Amino acid sequence: MSDTSPVVVSSRTLAPAQTRWLQKYKFWIAAAAVLIVLPHIPGLNSSFMHSLLTQMGISAVFALSFSLLLGQTGLLSFGHAVYFGLGGYIAIHFMRLVNGGLPIPIVLVPVAGALGGLVSGVLFGSVTTKKAGTVFSLISLGVGELVYAASFMLSGFFGGEEGITASRTRALPLFGLNFGPQLQVYYVIVFWAFVSAALMYAFTRTPVGRMCNAVRDNPERTEFVGYDPQRVRFVAFAVAGLFAGLAGGLHALNYEIVAADSVSAIRSGGVLIMAYIGGAGYFIGPIIGAITITWLQISLSDYTAAWLLYLGLFFIVILIFAPGGLAGLILMHAPIVRTRALSRVLIAYLAAALPAVVAIIGAAILIEMSYRLSTNPELGTKMRLFGINVDAATPWPWITGVVLLAAGFYVFRLTWPIVAAAWERATEEANAKSMAGAAQ
Amino acid sequence: MLELTTVSLLNGVVYGLLLFMLSSGLTLIWSMLGVLNFAHASVFMLGAYLSFQIGRWIGFWPALAIAPVLCALIGAAIERYGLRHVHKGGHVAEILFTFGLAYLIEELVTMIWGRNPLANPVPAAIDFSLFSIFDTNFPAYKGLMMLISVAMFAFLYLALKKTRIGLIIQAALTHPTMVGALGHNVPGVFVLVFAVGSGLAGLAGVIGGFALLTQPTLAQTVGAIVFVVVVLGGLGSLAGALIASMLIGIVQTFAVAVDYSLLDLFRVLDINVARTSLLYDLYSIKVAQAAPIIPYLLLVLMLIVRPRGFMGTRDV
Amino acid sequence: MSGNLSRIVMAGLALAGTAFAAAAAADVKIAYIDPLSGGAASAGILGQKHATYFVDKINANGGLNGGEKIELLVYDNKVSPQETLIVLKKAIDDGARYIMQGNGSSVAHAITEAVLKHNERNPGKEVIYFNYAAVDPALTNEKCNFWHFRFDADADMKMAALTDIIAKDKKIKKVYLINQDYSFGKAVAAAANKMLAEKRSDIKIVGDELHPLQKVQDFSPYVAKIKASRADTVITGNWSNDMLLLIKAGKDAGLKVNWYTYYAGALGAPTAIGKDGIGVVKQVSEWHKNVLPEMDADAVAYEKRFTGKEDDFIFWRMKEMFEMLTAAAKQAKSTDPVKVAKAMEGMKMRTALGDIEMRADNHQLLQPLYVSTMSDKVKYDVEHTGVGFKTDAKVDGKSTALPTVCKMDRPA
Repeated sequence: MSDTSPVVVSSRTLAPAQTRWLQKYKFWIAAAAVLIVLPHIPGLNSSFMHSLLTQMGISAVFALSFSLLLGQTGLLSFGHAVYFGLGGYIAIHFMRLVNGGLPIPIVLVPVAGALGGLVSGVLFGSVTTKKAGTVFSLISLGVGELVYAASFMLSGFFGGEEGITASRTRALPLFGLNFGPQLQVYYVIVFWAFVSAALMYAFTRTPVGRMCNAVRDNPERTEFVGYDPQRVRFVAFAVAGLFAGLAGGLHALNYEIVAADSVSAIRSGGVLIMAYIGGAGYFIGPIIGAITITWLQISLSDYTAAWLLYLGLFFIVILIFAPGGLAGLILMHAPIVRTRALSRVLIAYLAAALPAVVAIIGAAILIEMSYRLSTNPELGTKMRLFGINVDAATPWPWITGVVLLAAGFYVFRLTWPIVAAAWERATEEANAKSMAGAAQ
Repeated sequence: MLELTTVSLLNGVVYGLLLFMLSSGLTLIWSMLGVLNFAHASVFMLGAYLSFQIGRWIGFWPALAIAPVLCALIGAAIERYGLRHVHKGGHVAEILFTFGLAYLIEELVTMIWGRNPLANPVPAAIDFSLFSIFDTNFPAYKGLMMLISVAMFAFLYLALKKTRIGLIIQAALTHPTMVGALGHNVPGVFVLVFAVGSGLAGLAGVIGGFALLTQPTLAQTVGAIVFVVVVLGGLGSLAGALIASMLIGIVQTFAVAVDYSLLDLFRVLDINVARTSLLYDLYSIKVAQAAPIIPYLLLVLMLIVRPRGFMGTRDV
Repeated sequence: MSGNLSRIVMAGLALAGTAFAAAAAADVKIAYIDPLSGGAASAGILGQKHATYFVDKINANGGLNGGEKIELLVYDNKVSPQETLIVLKKAIDDGARYIMQGNGSSVAHAITEAVLKHNERNPGKEVIYFNYAAVDPALTNEKCNFWHFRFDADADMKMAALTDIIAKDKKIKKVYLINQDYSFGKAVAAAANKMLAEKRSDIKIVGDELHPLQKVQDFSPYVAKIKASRADTVITGNWSNDMLLLIKAGKDAGLKVNWYTYYAGALGAPTAIGKDGIGVVKQVSEWHKNVLPEMDADAVAYEKRFTGKEDDFIFWRMKEMFEMLTAAAKQAKSTDPVKVAKAMEGMKMRTALGDIEMRADNHQLLQPLYVSTMSDKVKYDVEHTGVGFKTDAKVDGKSTALPTVCKMDRPA
């Protein structure tokens, strides 16, 4: 979303006003184009892939709303799923009304979710945003526990364990569409996701959005400027609640069911991990995180029962080595890419990646075999890893695993100075070029 | 009535002391390092698993001594090689690190010991009834638990009040930056505090392992309640943590015995509530049904009204 | 550069996509959807082993309908209704026309609704759903549909069996109900209240407790209450931690009552309860290892193949399910789900334990139920504990039938 990148579109063929417009919104236009074509790309055009993409869209809105709190305002919430879930419940009840004959197009269900999220955000936010920091985090934890417990006790509204169901097809058709096929739902949800992302981006650009950053960085100074940090936090919280509720509404529309797990601590933890791994400090970060984690969740669990362990390791590695998340890693390279110095670092990366991959394979061998022995011993000790048949009862695979891990890691450590040096050279080059560019 | 009251009071005190055991280490860590340590309950769980394993090999009593030491070492390693690296990323990064660690430890435990609860019965040495009151037995392991919990309190209290390092830690509880400025080895103190806190969690785990269930979700089941204790008691206050533990233990235990709901109250007040009322579900919940969520209600209320808890020296 | 990069990304995505689409060719694909990772995984994995055993057995005997081999596709849903719906789509994309699931009534509700909608929206590509363990009575009553078949007795049928036994025991005077505060727990409590009043109006229900689901760490307060109520019998639908901790607390306090349970027989419960359960812990199930003097040949073969400590053969109903599937495919001379479903409606079979029948009106299997007590004087123990179950009473399949409000639309 950088506004400083150089112009790509040739200005000769277009009128100046149009050029400026295109230039300003080129990322959004490109994103919209990609989203429209995506489900028709071979390999992505199955019903399962459509539902996976849809799920990514829902997660992205949810993670973006979380990042309005964590990234923009510095509020770490352990109970953000409350607003997702309450929005979802309102939306599903609204859907039932539509099923019952309320003459409103089903595509407007997410609006009901957004309203539900907003109302609950205002309601809870008025007490939880009084304080920032750890107090806020803990209150959000407590509220999350309370709402989750309530969802089992108040079965009239929450429908207990099995939740509330509705049908998205039992409604007035819109332009001849009944929204049964996943592809139609994909477009509805992607439309809403796109609009919400744009609105959230716009929010970060408003004075209030800017004040959120100020509250995050220095609440005392904010007060001097004449803003009440508590009010700013409240507004940010309500807006985050609105979009979390909208995501909940999208969830209701897509799955046609909302159950207690939508308000659970697991979901609250999940969105936190998504936003952080993607990079909460960057607008694009939570989107990257949502896509990555959703994909890992659905597909990694097909290959290994230890996927949670890998996810946990991935999270810790990102925390320690890339506090800016995946987005931080990617955007770090923007100046180098712009000055065409990327190839230098890529070679160094390759040198480091080879031993790293070896180490990871070694670790994976050990983890997979341990998992097999402890959780599925009766499946036998013979298993297939990376296309090779191994027997976990013999010492050789274990030795191989340890050797690969140790040797890979050792060589990997040796490559660090190389990467650092290449990186330094490339940034210097990039700096020099951009200086030269500025001088011209 | 007398029977239920007496037995409930006893149960409440026992449960309260179990909670204190679980959270005393966390009070120390949190007060000192300012880190909301989500992995504390995971170390507790490690204590349960390690003592189970050591107990299998060489017996219960050695396990009672060795498992906490191992947990202390693990805690020291977590601080030295993990937390310290993410420290520069600020509090959020630290909290998230412990959060990720909690995920990881659960999976590691699954990887080593499997998914199902282990057969971890009360060790034969303490598997007898200490006394009987109103025909209700009081098992010896609960007595041991109370003893350990009280001993923990005494040890921490004396260590903090009477030793030099204790004075430094105490000073650091209220004025963390000042202590560093005076030239004390604050990182060293941090490792020590984290190790001792984790060791206490490990010790609690030895008992908790058979008082609760030794399984990978053990940490999750107690994970949130330990925060409640520390928040209610107040940061930096050991006595506060003790009082909060007892309060939660007793309130929760007695709440279970109360079979009344808001509807009953309305009936006494002569207010009629229609069955179709939107909040009818809410009104009909008995206090007993809601007992286990009372701590979270207390947590939220306390944080809103008085973020420094009963006896805290500063806000959380 | 960026052009290259985007091409690489696209190629990668396409590759990932084809990896999912690829699936080995088989005649009949059955999708097994249950938790295989996370806290509830042990139940899902145990079911998977049973299914694997029976699928292999059918294939070894020549498959369905005289030669069609079965392939079991396995999907992890982490007991989340949402993930279930995603993997359900994946399963259908992969060519599965039979869905099989058991853990979690919430998941079962999600699947039965999704299957109904799928079949409405995709005529000619219908899938059917075999439910082997989700026991919410609603699934074969208000929420029933043609595509759902349940092979486990529902919560009410099991309660009917338990209360039959209680009614016969004249020593039982005071009963305490303790259940988890959610739909299943409430259903158990409601059924117990109703049936005890009908069968033994002299029995006093001295407590009807609901506690939050999997949130209680210390059940001593509840035990104190049970004790103070002077109950001689406790009925509970609790499972997992709530079951184990409850019995543990009862043992600690020296509580002397009979426990009538749904889930004391498997998945670590016998291990955790151990010898404390002898003579007092009872369960209701369609099978246990000592129903007949000799253990069933399939159970023996299964336990020869899966030798883990907690890998006991427990899902007798899965044997019935696969035998019924085989018979239905034979009768329909097809493995088309619609034809098989029609053949299965009202199907009757004879097993070693007695007659079974798939009710035509609500697709609930009627099978004999056993109430049994933990004992150390049995031929076959469970989970290598030295403790097993001994039959107290048997209820014939026919007598387990309860009235239903199910009204289903059948395909033409």
